Amino acid sequence: MENQNQSLGLLAEYETPEGLMAAAARVRDGGYKRWDTHTPFPVHGIDDAMGIKPTILPWIVLGAAAAGTATALLLQYVTNAVLYPYEISGKPFFHWVPAFPVTFELTVLFAGITTLLAMLALNRLPRLHNPLFDMERFDRATQDRFFLAIDAKDPLYNATSAKALLAGTGANAVEDIPDRGANDKLPGWMLQVAVVAVFATFVPLGMIVKAYYNVTDKPALHVVGDMDWQYSYRYGEQVPLFADGRAMRPQVEGTIARGELETDDAFHRGLTPEGLPLAAMPIEASPALMARGQERYDIFCTPCHGAAGLGDGMVNRRALANGNQAGSAGGWVAPSNLMQQYLLDQGDGELFGTITNGIRTMPAYAAQIPAKDRWAIVLYVRALQRAGTATMDDVPADQRGALNQ
Amino acid sequence: MSSPYDIQVIQAEEDPTFRPDLVMGGATFASIDDAVAGVAEGFLKKPSLAWYAMFGLAISILGMLGAVVAYLLFTGVGIWGNQSPVFWGWPIVNFVFWVGIAHAGTLISAILFLLKQDWRTGINRFAEAMTIFAVCCAGLFPAIHVGRVWLVYWLFPIPNQMTLWPQFRSPLLWDVFAVSTYATVSLLFWYMGLIPDLATFRDRSRTKLRKFLYGAFAMGWTGSSRHWHRYEKAYLILAGLATPLVLSVHTVVSFDFAVSQLPGWHTTIFPPYFVAGAIFSGFAMVLTLMIPVRSIFNLQHIVTMRHLEVMCKIILATGSMVGYAYALEFFIAWYSGNPYERFAFTNRAFGPYAWAYWIMVSCNVISPQLFWFKKIRQNIALIWIITIFVNIGMWFERFVITITSLSRDFLPGSWGYFSPTLFDGLTLLGSFGLFFTLFLLFVRFLPIIAISEVKSILHKQNHTKANHGGHH
Repeated sequence: MENQNQSLGLLAEYETPEGLMAAAARVRDGGYKRWDTHTPFPVHGIDDAMGIKPTILPWIVLGAAAAGTATALLLQYVTNAVLYPYEISGKPFFHWVPAFPVTFELTVLFAGITTLLAMLALNRLPRLHNPLFDMERFDRATQDRFFLAIDAKDPLYNATSAKALLAGTGANAVEDIPDRGANDKLPGWMLQVAVVAVFATFVPLGMIVKAYYNVTDKPALHVVGDMDWQYSYRYGEQVPLFADGRAMRPQVEGTIARGELETDDAFHRGLTPEGLPLAAMPIEASPALMARGQERYDIFCTPCHGAAGLGDGMVNRRALANGNQAGSAGGWVAPSNLMQQYLLDQGDGELFGTITNGIRTMPAYAAQIPAKDRWAIVLYVRALQRAGTATMDDVPADQRGALNQ
Repeated sequence: MSSPYDIQVIQAEEDPTFRPDLVMGGATFASIDDAVAGVAEGFLKKPSLAWYAMFGLAISILGMLGAVVAYLLFTGVGIWGNQSPVFWGWPIVNFVFWVGIAHAGTLISAILFLLKQDWRTGINRFAEAMTIFAVCCAGLFPAIHVGRVWLVYWLFPIPNQMTLWPQFRSPLLWDVFAVSTYATVSLLFWYMGLIPDLATFRDRSRTKLRKFLYGAFAMGWTGSSRHWHRYEKAYLILAGLATPLVLSVHTVVSFDFAVSQLPGWHTTIFPPYFVAGAIFSGFAMVLTLMIPVRSIFNLQHIVTMRHLEVMCKIILATGSMVGYAYALEFFIAWYSGNPYERFAFTNRAFGPYAWAYWIMVSCNVISPQLFWFKKIRQNIALIWIITIFVNIGMWFERFVITITSLSRDFLPGSWGYFSPTLFDGLTLLGSFGLFFTLFLLFVRFLPIIAISEVKSILHKQNHTKANHGGHH
């Protein structure tokens, strides 16, 4: 420092806000540009007395508020309608009404944070050092005294004339602001550390982006794994939860293991122990079974095969009426006429198998029709076949006359 | 006894346009500093035994809360009484209770500021601090209520390896945004208000450490008029932003209930009714805390009888709104013709939780009506007792709403009766430990009154007197 006692400007102290205000008006009229007043509370009217122009702060906040609105709308649209569309109660993926609360909150949040930060930035705060703090008198600027400071860097500044101006304003005291050689620049190493730190944060971000866009056959990385690897008791382990202390619970009485249900191949699948279709029904025919078979046949089979088993059910007739070509490649697969010779030749087990598992376009009926009812249908189909292929020879001699009429 | 306030009250009776002073006892700028900063400085020189006793108690309760939360984390939410069909239980009751209390501070700082109610300056700092501490308590409950606390970040839209995103059409998510925004903006508002006062503390500090710490947080504030200009504009903007925010927060909290289809919850009156209730409970809590503090620290000339009276009137007004809402709920339940809605309300008042309902009505509807009487509004002991009743009543209001509707819904087969466990009680008690620990630290280390604002009001008051002195 070439001159330890160099003055950075002048500081005048006043007893009252009114005294300060009068002084401020005179300094303003003196044409000074780089000067300021310091008061413990905002003194109303000093803006005019000093000629302070309205701040642009509201416009900055307005911009931040608009950014908040846009961010919120975009966030809700992109996450819920594009990245992860999730149907809930039939609501649209994005609509402004349910989006309103979050949009409002983010608008206020962005604007609120910006208000404080922009106010500080416009005021050049935080400031690490201020030469005014070197003056003991200035401590009262935040308590009960009112100060006016003129910066020596003002183009009009002249120590003598400025001092004379302030002395004529009724100040308690006018003092030089001493230069102790301090500055409010950040030490260079702090800046370097900050730059390195900022770039260091890109490393994990980059790794996340890379992981996001690459395919891997490894399991997803979970920060907390308790949903993936939950604790459970193992076989043979002892637990305090049950009276017998066994983790592995004994079966409830009547429990049947998978595959142990419906073990009777003949009854449930119509097969011999060798896996071949049965020739005859495994249950006994009876008038009651025949009546049951007719009723079930009428419900499940007539729509396609027709009431007499001629393959002329309503479905087939409707298909043909709509112009579906039967038999052509890729065309309509007509339901079988049950009177065909190969069907007459089939054993009961094979017929049962067709009803159970389906064939060609005919679906499996095992789920809809219990096994006993399927046997009843087989019995009734046998009766239909018998009736449908009968000749006059089959009619008892004393009844033939009635048929001929 | 005729205090300066009594004399002014007599004057006010003769002249209805006269208002008692907001800063009493011939205060000066310096005396305000001494009074407010004196609280903190006095403590640092010779902390009072009473403070240590209270702080010791508060921090022990906070430690107990820590132990309960640790037990909760290792065991699961089954330690509480939350059971089918009442899965919300006390944690949500406590959450809504604390969020409600958190409404007074920002309401006083923002809405009363916009309405140019000068009396707010005596109490706003205090109420704002209370707001922030209450939000801390409120935020704790949903966080620990989710069960797997370590997954609580799933509430926020953070890109993750599961490529899952929050469901923005749910009111529970709106709540996350509303409460976190409210907490952030309240903190900003509070901090911004503190900056000039922290500078005052910095400049009064006699030790290096205090000067450094207060100086760091005051960020080099010099009271520059150019700074004040932007500061006041920023304060006005924040007040303008915070005003709809205050109203939105409890509105969104009420959506948690109102947007669901449970009888007793699914009503459009919930948003205004919740907001009125929040202001009601918030002011009650401010008074409960302010009354002992102002007498312990001799701040009666800054927080005057007039402040207390005005707050009593607000409690009366909002308490009447809450009472009106209770009555209207019953009317609408009857008028709707919906048997489930009718049942829900009959069940509230005369069902298994009738005891809670009538505690709520006595505390919230009847007790504030006493504030119609000036004698009661000026009796500090009575005010304090009534505000405690209001706090109790408002907790029960949330209990009644949450528990009665959940415990008896559409299917009688799933009905149940909620019984809290010991840990429900300890968690609620623990949240008071957290609240009072923060509050006692605040009282000890920070300006509990907005010094620069009170000076501003004092200046205005002196100015008005000087100008009108000759007219009488």
